[in-house]
Amino acid sequence: MAVSAQRLKLQGIVKDYPGCRANDGVDLTVGAGEIHALLGENGAGKSTLMKIIYGVVQPDAGRIVWNGHPVTVENPARARQLGIGMVFQHFSLFETLTVAENIALGLPADEVRDRGALEQRIREVSEHYGMALDPRRFVSTLSMGERQRVEIVRCLVQESTLLILDEPTSVLTPQEVATLFKTLRKLARDGCSILFISHKLEEVRSLCDQATVLRQGRVSGHCQPKDLSASDIARLMVGDDTPIATQVSAAQPGDTLLQVQELSWQTGDPFGTSLKNIGFSLRAGEIVGIAGVAGNGQEELLKVLSGEITLKGEAIRFTGEAIDRLPPGARRARGLAVVPEERLGRGAVPVMSLADNALLTAAGQGLVRRGVIRRQRVREFARDVISRFGVRCSGEQSSASSLSGGNLQKYILGREACQSPRLLVASHPTWGVDVGSAVAIHQALVKLRDEGAAILLISEDLDELYQLCHRMGAICNGRLSPLAPASELSINQLGQWMAGNFEVEELADAAA
Amino acid sequence: MLQLERRPEASTTLRWLSPLLALALTVATGFLLFLGMGKDPIQALTFFFITPISDLTGLAELGLKTAPLLLCAAGLTVCFRARIWNIGAEGHFLIGAVAASAVAVSVGDAGGFLVLPAVLLAGIAGGMAWASIAAFLKTHLNCNEILTTIMLNYIALNLLLYAVHGPLKDPYGFGFPQSVMFADAALLPALINGTRLHIGLAFGLLAAVAVWVLFARSFIGYQLNVVGEDHRAAAFAGFSARRLTWFALLVGGATAGLAGAAEVTGPIGQLVPQVSPGYGYTAIIVVFLGRMHALGIIAASALLALTFIGGEMLQIAMNMPKAVTAMFQGMLLFYLLTCDAFIHYRIRFRRPLPAGLSQPAAPAGQEL
Repeated sequence: MAVSAQRLKLQGIVKDYPGCRANDGVDLTVGAGEIHALLGENGAGKSTLMKIIYGVVQPDAGRIVWNGHPVTVENPARARQLGIGMVFQHFSLFETLTVAENIALGLPADEVRDRGALEQRIREVSEHYGMALDPRRFVSTLSMGERQRVEIVRCLVQESTLLILDEPTSVLTPQEVATLFKTLRKLARDGCSILFISHKLEEVRSLCDQATVLRQGRVSGHCQPKDLSASDIARLMVGDDTPIATQVSAAQPGDTLLQVQELSWQTGDPFGTSLKNIGFSLRAGEIVGIAGVAGNGQEELLKVLSGEITLKGEAIRFTGEAIDRLPPGARRARGLAVVPEERLGRGAVPVMSLADNALLTAAGQGLVRRGVIRRQRVREFARDVISRFGVRCSGEQSSASSLSGGNLQKYILGREACQSPRLLVASHPTWGVDVGSAVAIHQALVKLRDEGAAILLISEDLDELYQLCHRMGAICNGRLSPLAPASELSINQLGQWMAGNFEVEELADAAA
Repeated sequence: MLQLERRPEASTTLRWLSPLLALALTVATGFLLFLGMGKDPIQALTFFFITPISDLTGLAELGLKTAPLLLCAAGLTVCFRARIWNIGAEGHFLIGAVAASAVAVSVGDAGGFLVLPAVLLAGIAGGMAWASIAAFLKTHLNCNEILTTIMLNYIALNLLLYAVHGPLKDPYGFGFPQSVMFADAALLPALINGTRLHIGLAFGLLAAVAVWVLFARSFIGYQLNVVGEDHRAAAFAGFSARRLTWFALLVGGATAGLAGAAEVTGPIGQLVPQVSPGYGYTAIIVVFLGRMHALGIIAASALLALTFIGGEMLQIAMNMPKAVTAMFQGMLLFYLLTCDAFIHYRIRFRRPLPAGLSQPAAPAGQEL
């Protein structure tokens, strides 16, 4: 590739954070009009690298060459001035403003005086790339996919020639992903370079021309993803000594354990989701999956099931008993365990030791007698979880915040599994977890299932759901689709459900 | 360029060193201040910190002032650990004093072993009743406890003034706003004969031990810690924030109420308007200085008690204003909060990054 066609070249980028080296001599070259994947596990240094490119943090060593000239990207404003645009995983949009107003915020003052011209430009750019957007709509009324379009159009209106996308597909339905890819290919043809950060290998293989793989802060390989299989790329990401996937045997469902009927709940939070007429059943010895784009009621459903939110009626029956009114402790005593989405700051108290964190949900396992903590038993319980679930830590006195995401997740899941629950509700259990831990977590879930527990798996990761679940459905805007056997459910159908295209009446038919 | 940089892990050493550092800085600032006022700083600091505790009477006086501080601080520790910012110990203290006095006055000269316990229990109940107002407002109406407890302090002070001007006023007291002297049966026994030190100090030490047991051993102490550290984890675990709020505020009210009762039945022996020199407020400094830990608050109570006595000593011996006490307490808290910042942060000296980064050969500034 000719030097002039190199849009971005990083040489020997080093970034140290207290206690760890996030980037260690990273080289990366992105050509003009190239779709380049940046691959790596969580914690491999992808986020740090793109923050360096976008000027959010400064590297400790190394140099950045932009269109053949060495540059210093002091801050994101400088990055945008150079033509570098970024779409973060968590959108930075004001929900109470319109699309045009949000885009105007990132532009120089003299370009936004003429609001009509700006709206015209937004329309042109968005239509040209097949991302129809009404500039006057309020962001709060947009779906996640539409919000992402706003972010991308914002970069294009700023005339970016390098677009960085951080895990852009994690908030999209499969159909929306296909539309996004069309847009990105068209952008690339028009000469815009794209840096695509992901850990979803099939997407990378279908979209990207080149890939750079990071492992523990270093480049572990460059490749052309179309020429390699997904498992070859996975090997580059995790190294040779980590199992990549778990083999799941068929489920042997038993009696119905959980029966949810006509469950509705009105949220008081303006940005929350109300639950509408949810119904499903869960049998012992099966894993049921609920797919969905984040923010469609998953969190609320979890809280309603765990007892953080209590209800008045008799919508939730666990082993035949209505548990709507019971607080979390009483539900836990009946064998209902929960692994929440947030590990630090909900599933575990960051500053407390692993032993103390065991008490959070396992106090009923003989760890407390007449209000007095039995320290010895607490330590034994914690040590048991640590050894049985292979939690890597310096001991039960390590603080929860000192563990990596994957290890803490193994500990939290282990804490619940060691209490032999009859029903486990797990939300995004492998989100942000390294591949090795994810495999261990999947194995633990399957083992629990085979011991006769029912498992409700709420996840955004469709691969995970298809791999583990016996039956699955999707949640959209607080409504739950019918559940179908995973083996008979096409990804297209699931995508339709994730977008809310289903009739709730179907459920009654399916249950009948 | 100096930069505050977050430490990868909070410094345990500094957590315990910070109070000592704050004390050293307070003494150093005091030194400069006395110098600026034209007083001999060595002499003034000696009068403030050393002279008050150089004999048995002095030590007994120190214990006398330590007792209410320690009682109030023990209750506040329970609240603050759960991040319930109860600023109302002063009010609980005053209401405790009024309630205890009401019982002591109405019992009159009747003797018996039950009088003193009844008086003390009245103080505890008074403090708890006062705290329960803030607890109700917080748990049922979601009112911020900082505001409600501060406002209730002023109401409590006015109730005290009403009591000494009205129902509890000594009819033969020449119009002074104070109650009759209590009968002997309503007075706390002395801890050391010949001094004013009474068993209130033992109550304080017991309360500190109880706080230690609560947080080291009990499940409810653990729940309070969880609520304080991470209310979302507490909600997930199903610990009732409402129940714990009531518990913490009632404990805070009980200990401060007992402190108020012990003050009127101890050194004063009657209800007077100036029953508290601000013990309830000073106890807040005690809790932070003592790191919300039983041993820590015992030491901090003694130190803050010394500032009361030292301030009086300076008024008498060197003709200094009464504000010296408040100033030392204020400086101590100020420096403590400053030093506490370094538990989580450290200062780093950093040169601004040169353009083109660490590649001197790169043609810097030659950008697009």
